[in-house]
Amino acid sequence: MATRVLIPTPLRAYTEKKDALLLEGNTVGELLAALTTAYVPLKRHLYDDAGALRSFVNVYVNDEDIRYLQKEETRVTEADTVSIIPSIAGGRS
Amino acid sequence: MVLTLSPAVLHRIRLHAAEAYPEECCGLLLGAEGEGGKEIRDVARMGNAREESRTRRFLISPEDYARGEALAAAQGLGVMGFYHSHPDHPARPSQFDLEHAWPWCSYVIASVENRVPTAVKSWVLKEDRSGFDEEIIESLEPVASPRVRAGGA
Repeated sequence: MATRVLIPTPLRAYTEKKDALLLEGNTVGELLAALTTAYVPLKRHLYDDAGALRSFVNVYVNDEDIRYLQKEETRVTEADTVSIIPSIAGGRS
Repeated sequence: MVLTLSPAVLHRIRLHAAEAYPEECCGLLLGAEGEGGKEIRDVARMGNAREESRTRRFLISPEDYARGEALAAAQGLGVMGFYHSHPDHPARPSQFDLEHAWPWCSYVIASVENRVPTAVKSWVLKEDRSGFDEEIIESLEPVASPRVRAGGA
């Protein structure tokens, strides 16, 4: 079962410029694992050294932020669309 | 790599930095990627979604980012990176900038001192996330500083 995953512009340099991928997995975590297995250099940008999704990486299933669902355990089907959407943060100190 | 900005785009970034002072401004760099680097054709101002520490921090929410990316796509452009200002601080990335940086993107930082825009520099995250490399900014012609009164209102 493949689910469509939308890739934001900053990550397309790692996905052969593709803006969407069909990935196999029953949960968001499994889809992201499939993504970082296919495109290994993405892993350090999506996950911190402790293996947690970085705070500025937002993942939505359809229009719902997975933080308000079951996080990476959120189940997906082929009817769902998963989006990775950046928050952009910074500042002088 | 080289980041090409038209003088009009550079002017808009510096003007936004001056207007937002003493808070940080932020926005998207819209353009296309060429053989020699990214070419920025427009900017989209974004609201600073931070509720506190706005003089030293900025945040573009995922909702605003998604709207900006869709707006860019409708114009045949892409999000090539982001700009923000450093009020009364050099135009170089902070540790906080580093910890939150996305790869590949250009991070344009505009320094603004006492409401007067000064240096503008561009940075790209190193692949190992250990720091940033400075990117050469190429502007097609010299640009004057925005006419903003020094010293505030």
